[in-house]
Amino acid sequence: MIPAAFDYVRASSAEEAISLLGQYGDEAKLLAGGHSLIPLMKLRLAQPTVLVDIGRVSDLSYIRDAGDHVAIGALTRHMDVETSPMLLEHVPLLAHATSHVGDPQVRHRGTIGGSLAHADPASDLPATTLALGATYVVTGPNGTREVAASDFYQGYLTSVLAADELLTEIRVPKMNGAGWSFQKFNRRAQDWAIVGVAAWTRGSESGVGLVNMASVPVLASSVSSALASGSSIADAAALAADEADPQADLNASVEYRQHLARVLTRRALSEAAG
Amino acid sequence: MEITVTINGKAHTADVEPRTLLVQFIRESVGLTGTNIGCDTSSCGACSIHLDGEAVKSCTVLAVQADGHDVTTIEGMAAADGTLHPMQQAFMENHGLQCGYCTPGMVMAATSLLNENPNPTEEEVRIGLEGNLCRCTGYHNIVQSVLACAKG
Repeated sequence: MIPAAFDYVRASSAEEAISLLGQYGDEAKLLAGGHSLIPLMKLRLAQPTVLVDIGRVSDLSYIRDAGDHVAIGALTRHMDVETSPMLLEHVPLLAHATSHVGDPQVRHRGTIGGSLAHADPASDLPATTLALGATYVVTGPNGTREVAASDFYQGYLTSVLAADELLTEIRVPKMNGAGWSFQKFNRRAQDWAIVGVAAWTRGSESGVGLVNMASVPVLASSVSSALASGSSIADAAALAADEADPQADLNASVEYRQHLARVLTRRALSEAAG
Repeated sequence: MEITVTINGKAHTADVEPRTLLVQFIRESVGLTGTNIGCDTSSCGACSIHLDGEAVKSCTVLAVQADGHDVTTIEGMAAADGTLHPMQQAFMENHGLQCGYCTPGMVMAATSLLNENPNPTEEEVRIGLEGNLCRCTGYHNIVQSVLACAKG
């Protein structure tokens, strides 16, 4: 399958990419690793008339210690996230969840920013960064703004990014020794999760993100509230589907997804509690 | 758009449409047909090649993205005198192929895996090859081949 024809322009900096996006408007799409976009273009589910290739903007690929959080450049590849000593030490949940994205070949090309900006609720990283309370840095023609992960996702494949904005950095709070777990249920090794759960706990605090349980990634706040007020893991996990609004598809019914969310949340919280 | 991609050590320059996939460029412009197209949806791994030394699925990379980069295909694995790459030799000795269609991709993915993890466990080999499907279901001997290559 070959994508429909498009014009191709290369940006050598974030500023140039934003300027090109402003020039082409809604007709343009950003190309980073291409592992979300190119498959959609081959299927004609996306048909941009201009691709702005930011894959060569090398100064957006970095992982930096920023005190209370780790700052990750949006063009950092999955393989660099999952093997980063800094992330393995300070945000192990993100490094581990990233090792479940696609397969090694995909992780050699795909980027964290591309995955998050694509806003697929079935992908692992939106829910994981949501559970971790991450902040996304968005750059546009008038400078940068910070958007909480919890405010970023608006609907299926839809985020608050304007047509002339670029996700440039992901700031993930350090986990400071919190226990964590990533549970991904699928039928074939490399598949998207039918349901996934990213969870961390530290004393009475916790964060639980759900993969593929609505048109957006879901923060299971009821679970964390229950844990904070002393509920057992089993009782808290029973609330895991309360904020969710899953869809049925050929892999799972709504009820089965709700069931999986509760079971996987219980497993995740048990593993996180060690 | 004119691009230059170094494939198996030799620079290839061509004028391509931006929508040309890297696998098309390799097979149709350069004429190296050892890289197979399987699912064409970045699932099966038959089209795996090395881009700057790392395995990628060439059906999901645009040729323009590889402009200025180094590609190695299955044709570039054996030595100039025909001596097989140790991974190819291991596949041969361990019957790591049946119909052979997935084999070029398996060899490219497996060598990339050993570059990153030279002494994997059997489980690490199985997980490391999750992006490559063998429709003959010959996984057992494929895994044995990779482990044999790792042992040397």
